[in-house]
Amino acid sequence: MKRKVVITGIGIWSCLGTNIDEVRQSLYDGKSGIGLDQERLDYGYRSGLVGMVKTPELKRLLDRRIRTGLSEEAAFAYMASKEAFEGAGIDDQYLRDNEVGVIFGNDSSAGAVVKSAKIMEEEHDTAMIGSGLIFQGMNSTVNMNMHTIFHLRGINFSVSSACASGSHSIGLGYLLIQQGLQDVILCGGAQEVNIYAMSSFDALNAFSTRMDEPTRASRPFDRDRDGLIPSGGAAALILEDYDHAVKRGATILAEVCGYGFSSNGGGISEPSDVGSMVAMERAIKDAQLTPADIDYINAHATSTPKGDMYEAIALNKLFKGEHALISSTKSMTGHECWMAGASEVVYSIIMMQHNFVAPNINLDNRDEYSEPLNLVERTVDTQVDAILSNSFGFGGTNSALVIKKPQ
Amino acid sequence: MIDFLNMDRKEIEEKLTDFLIDEFEIDEEKIYPEAKLKEDLEIDSLDFVDIAVMVEKTFGFKMRPEEMTDVKTLEQFCDYIQAKMK
Repeated sequence: MKRKVVITGIGIWSCLGTNIDEVRQSLYDGKSGIGLDQERLDYGYRSGLVGMVKTPELKRLLDRRIRTGLSEEAAFAYMASKEAFEGAGIDDQYLRDNEVGVIFGNDSSAGAVVKSAKIMEEEHDTAMIGSGLIFQGMNSTVNMNMHTIFHLRGINFSVSSACASGSHSIGLGYLLIQQGLQDVILCGGAQEVNIYAMSSFDALNAFSTRMDEPTRASRPFDRDRDGLIPSGGAAALILEDYDHAVKRGATILAEVCGYGFSSNGGGISEPSDVGSMVAMERAIKDAQLTPADIDYINAHATSTPKGDMYEAIALNKLFKGEHALISSTKSMTGHECWMAGASEVVYSIIMMQHNFVAPNINLDNRDEYSEPLNLVERTVDTQVDAILSNSFGFGGTNSALVIKKPQ
Repeated sequence: MIDFLNMDRKEIEEKLTDFLIDEFEIDEEKIYPEAKLKEDLEIDSLDFVDIAVMVEKTFGFKMRPEEMTDVKTLEQFCDYIQAKMK
């Protein structure tokens, strides 16, 4: 028999705020976290637009040895995980006495890799690299560091699947708990924001250059969009077996009840309406729901014409005539890439808890594909019982999650 | 340009102490000549990798693990650095 999987803690460190309360306010207010970074322009980016993510002050929180091996994204992940564990009522003693796993989505650690390469170029001597960059530079930097800091002894690996990484991490955590293989797993996604992380993405002309009005630049589903804005931070969620959560008296925030995935089988950077639909349909079927049961869809839509168009086509096919409200929170956050699939579930749970749907800001003029969608241009106060969160990544990897309000 | 050859003992001790306080965040009162590197200062094998980087940048020579086998205390470490710089 499949076990019920719930979420008992959430944490966030993003350009919308550095804790759940700040982010709730930003989401409700429709506040953009995008700014202009001169350093990017000086470095040679076409676009200096980026999510303005604060750097955590870790000196009083973590000892030097841990900090030495902590990459930028792992530092973000630590702050989000700390908040999630605290919210779940899981303290250090619990973590030492019980088996907890970790699955994090992360698909690069360019900052640390480039730093190592620069030392080698200059010194031609590996001895000058020091001890920390190996633990910062691997894709598994987040889960290896979270494992060490929180004394985790369960499942432990990273999911690298481009912009669907964070979503797949929750999906896989859900499956492991559902099957009875784990009781508690820290899931999430992390994304670096340093200048080395996204230069090759900028090379594809994928980023908006609307630099005269940064907060208006990310405009998913809008006719006049001109690209996405890179962003980052980290989101963390404590996934837990329902009975286990009840037994230890935890507050249940939401239920993970559907995970769907697919691959497009086509071009490396080509989105697909068919692939998107397969993932969404699977997630809804897995949740034993129908499209009519979904109240809110957190769209993947990144503010690129092609990606938005294919998702809009898929959403039109699946949700035509249904009541589900739709928004892309990337209109406020920019594209949080490896982290997005996890952060957008956190954003959606916040909306579910506080009975509102956050807006798809900057939606001034719809195009023919987005016109029929139930897109939300301004915050709507409404009850949200079931949400669908979409994540579609480069390399044709798709993930969709259905989350419900606890019964 | 660091004048490695004319660095005297006091200067070596000062540079090492500054490094341990600033980079390794070791309390100043824990730093005395007889302090054992591993037991008292809690310097582990990964820390020695970072110390090797500091030694090369600050004192201008490459630290070799096989030369360090008898180096147990801070004083012995200063002796080692001083001997290598002669």
